[in-house]
Amino acid sequence: MRISALVTSITIIMIVFFLFREGVGIFKSPSVEKGYVIAVNKSNAVETLNSTQLKNIYDQEITNWKTLGGKSQEITVFRVEDITNYYSEEELGANMEYLPAKISEVLAKTPGMIAFFPSTYLVKNFKGKVLPLKNISVANFLGGTEWFPTAQPSAQFGAWPLILGTLYVSLIAILLALPLGLATAVYLAEIADKRTRNFLKPVIELLAGIPSVVYGFFGLVVIVPILKNTFHLDSGQSGLAGGILLAIMALPTIITVSEDALHNTPNAMREASLAMGASKWQTICRIVVPYSSSGITAAAILGIGRAMGETMAVLMVTGNAAVVPHSIFEPLRTIPATIAAELGEAPQGGLHYQALFTLGCILFIMTVSANLMAGYISKKKRLA
Amino acid sequence: MHKIETKEINLHYGNFHALKGINLVAKENTVTALIGPSGCGKSTYLRLFNRMNDLIDNVEISGQVLVDGEDIYGRKVQVDDLRKKVGMVFQKPNPFPKSIYENVAYGLRVNGINDKKFIEERVVSSLEQAALWEEVKDKLNKSAFELSGGQQQRLCIARALAVQPSVLLMDEPASALDPLSTSKIEELIHTLKKDYTIIIVTHNMQQAGRVSDYTAFFYMGTLVEFNETKIIFTNPKNIQTQNYITGRFG
Repeated sequence: MRISALVTSITIIMIVFFLFREGVGIFKSPSVEKGYVIAVNKSNAVETLNSTQLKNIYDQEITNWKTLGGKSQEITVFRVEDITNYYSEEELGANMEYLPAKISEVLAKTPGMIAFFPSTYLVKNFKGKVLPLKNISVANFLGGTEWFPTAQPSAQFGAWPLILGTLYVSLIAILLALPLGLATAVYLAEIADKRTRNFLKPVIELLAGIPSVVYGFFGLVVIVPILKNTFHLDSGQSGLAGGILLAIMALPTIITVSEDALHNTPNAMREASLAMGASKWQTICRIVVPYSSSGITAAAILGIGRAMGETMAVLMVTGNAAVVPHSIFEPLRTIPATIAAELGEAPQGGLHYQALFTLGCILFIMTVSANLMAGYISKKKRLA
Repeated sequence: MHKIETKEINLHYGNFHALKGINLVAKENTVTALIGPSGCGKSTYLRLFNRMNDLIDNVEISGQVLVDGEDIYGRKVQVDDLRKKVGMVFQKPNPFPKSIYENVAYGLRVNGINDKKFIEERVVSSLEQAALWEEVKDKLNKSAFELSGGQQQRLCIARALAVQPSVLLMDEPASALDPLSTSKIEELIHTLKKDYTIIIVTHNMQQAGRVSDYTAFFYMGTLVEFNETKIIFTNPKNIQTQNYITGRFG
């Protein structure tokens, strides 16, 4: 017994440790993939760039070095493939063997140029200035609103839409599932006769065993079209669809756990209340439910945990758009869905890979704080 | 008119005949003790008076139970109202998971009383009546579970008194308590007798002798003997009663 407890604890600690070790790594590296450099003309006064600035330059949203603290000069964007605009194929050689030297040359010739190319093309007497790049900051990661993990030259890791998406979906789910689940639990534990209870309880427990992909299908085929038609949306795939689906998925847990808690309320409590002339409803609301509040809190925590961590079903119905959602009818994307969808494409050890681990850390912190909050609330309530 | 009266009460739990034709009267402001071996039906009988047996499935009752001359199983009777008139104290102390104050106030609140001042006065007077006020007056907002078992039981009595019943049913109220707490409860029963009609189920012969004016001896669902406590304990007419009281069985 002690050994299994020990093994479990060590496993949990190891998971957390591993998660955070991998996840924190991203803040030690710049947003440009390893093996590539950003270089500018030597006369350029700009010393460093961060990922957002880089992206804006390459999206041509920033077109003058003045915006970035340099001289007033047009920015010329350069990618490796642009080299053919400056030199003919003969000049570059049959096997492009002169390419590195030519990059160096064109950079030296063009004062406003910024170049992005693999570091293997960096010649010995490079005539440009390689820009040292800023590391990805925590604030940028958490607060950034753009998630383009594979963008070139600079990946954009703005987790804010994903965090918000997760919160949205979980909040909708728990707001729907908790009252409904609690009401069902009260019905089962206090009102339903034995036969109804013996029939309904196994059915509800069966719901917990349905694979989430199946729920996803259900959501896609039933909930999404209903939402689309009811609210006249372009697409029913939305945060609301995810929330509803998650609520359905969290219901069995919430019902069974809180029903158990309600059922375990000593009969002496009910009898005492009824003997005071309280009605059945008063007894349920004022005695039975408060008495089992810790069990109900546990049910809520498990429900929230399931909602936040659920991956597949949400991936299938939320529309998967990594944008900041402005209403519950818009498509969004959650953290677990992002991890599941992108991990397969992310090269191991790369920037993208690490970013997904960081997302995992954020999710972990979110669930833990939800648990702590629920515990705090129920503790406060019990004292009152 | 008697405060409490039962006429030819028969009660079945499914096929089990638990009470067999019980006739009994209790006068106002007296204490009636129900004694008898386990399973004799005394607790079932007690629970007739506030209709707690209603909570159990498959119970069939025939006969009449009169409180203040009114048949409490009649059609017009509101069970909630009946239970306000007939309070109950249970075997094990069962305070609610609330503060001491809220435990006593509970009965008032569920009856729709919101007047703060009124509730406060009633809480204080109930706790005083239950001889608990001095011990808890400084910690009314503490959880009731912080009290000792004996204090909890007196709290349950105070809770029952708060709705001002006229009858108090006690189901072995001291059986889970230590001797000191037990004697406090017994003293309390003595003082409460002035204002309430009390029916108490007890396993403890001495307790029945100490606190009650009348004693009813139950055996196998029948009322074997009912008389003044003095007579039951000194000169029982029935041989079974005599055997039980002298400890030969039970």
